[in-house]
Amino acid sequence: MGNAKKQKLNLTDKSMSKITSLADLKKKREELKSGLDIRTKALDPENIVQVKVAMATCGIASGAKTVMEFFLEQLDRRNIAAVVTQTGCMGYCYAEPTIEVKLPGQDPVVFGFVDLKRADQIIEKYIKTGELVDGIIPVNYQIIDLKE
Amino acid sequence: MKTLSLNILDIVQNSLRAKADEISIEINESVPEDSYQIMIRDNGTGIPEEILARVTDPFVTTRTKRKMGLGLALLKYHAELAGGDLKIESETGKGTEIKATFLYSHIDRQPLGDIVGVIVLLLAANPGINFVYQHSTESGKYRFSSVETKDYLELETLNERNLLSDIGGMISENLKGIGASGIVYNEKVL
Repeated sequence: MGNAKKQKLNLTDKSMSKITSLADLKKKREELKSGLDIRTKALDPENIVQVKVAMATCGIASGAKTVMEFFLEQLDRRNIAAVVTQTGCMGYCYAEPTIEVKLPGQDPVVFGFVDLKRADQIIEKYIKTGELVDGIIPVNYQIIDLKE
Repeated sequence: MKTLSLNILDIVQNSLRAKADEISIEINESVPEDSYQIMIRDNGTGIPEEILARVTDPFVTTRTKRKMGLGLALLKYHAELAGGDLKIESETGKGTEIKATFLYSHIDRQPLGDIVGVIVLLLAANPGINFVYQHSTESGKYRFSSVETKDYLELETLNERNLLSDIGGMISENLKGIGASGIVYNEKVL
């Protein structure tokens, strides 16, 4: 009960600053700009973490969209300089959702069966400390060739 | 695929693989005409004629990593299941247009689902691609264009989490405004 009430309140809070047009969007950005400086990530791929989510039929059907949204949100929230992109099928359809993580200066590692729990482990352990976690797809693996 | 928006996300991957840099997604729903249409248009490399005729066969793909492709086959299946069909027009070097039609009222027509999440995801993952999303119902029409948004905001890229989240909110509000059906509004887009 309490929760429902709280949610309702949140919604009304939100509606006060509803963005419905490009003009609203611009206004909000200008307000933001004056307050804090908008971080423009220097996208130097050599120095940041790269996460690629396999987003083909097999991946999407197994929940790759949710996993990718999780990485986009959490890496930012946890202040990790990273770029999250999507790629096609890596050929491990049995292990979807699969993701490839490339830490700066290291070879990429592919993780399979990535649900939100494992995604969290990958961020906390592999990305933050370099410690490997379950689900690595053990092959002599080269970086994905988009040309396939 | 549980929702049509996931099918759309899947088909757009074909366009991306075909090196398209302009991808437009258009949805028209009409209760009086009992129709629900999804169109996906791109300016990619197009589908060679010899493959075009067989492209919805699950065992046809241009990929070399595995010997089958299910994206179009699945969409065709879902369309036919819901009293509609799938049409593909394509010209090598010019692009491809996919048009899936469904009966609006058919019990097997899937809901659209989290389309806003799909658009935001595509924008986040492909900053260099121009996406247009257009949705029309009897009460109105909404159009979102990533190029126009970039130009208006005088930005090089939309790839920033707060901005993407606001864009998601903006699209949601507008889709609610025209009464688009079957959409799951994820309150926390990103």
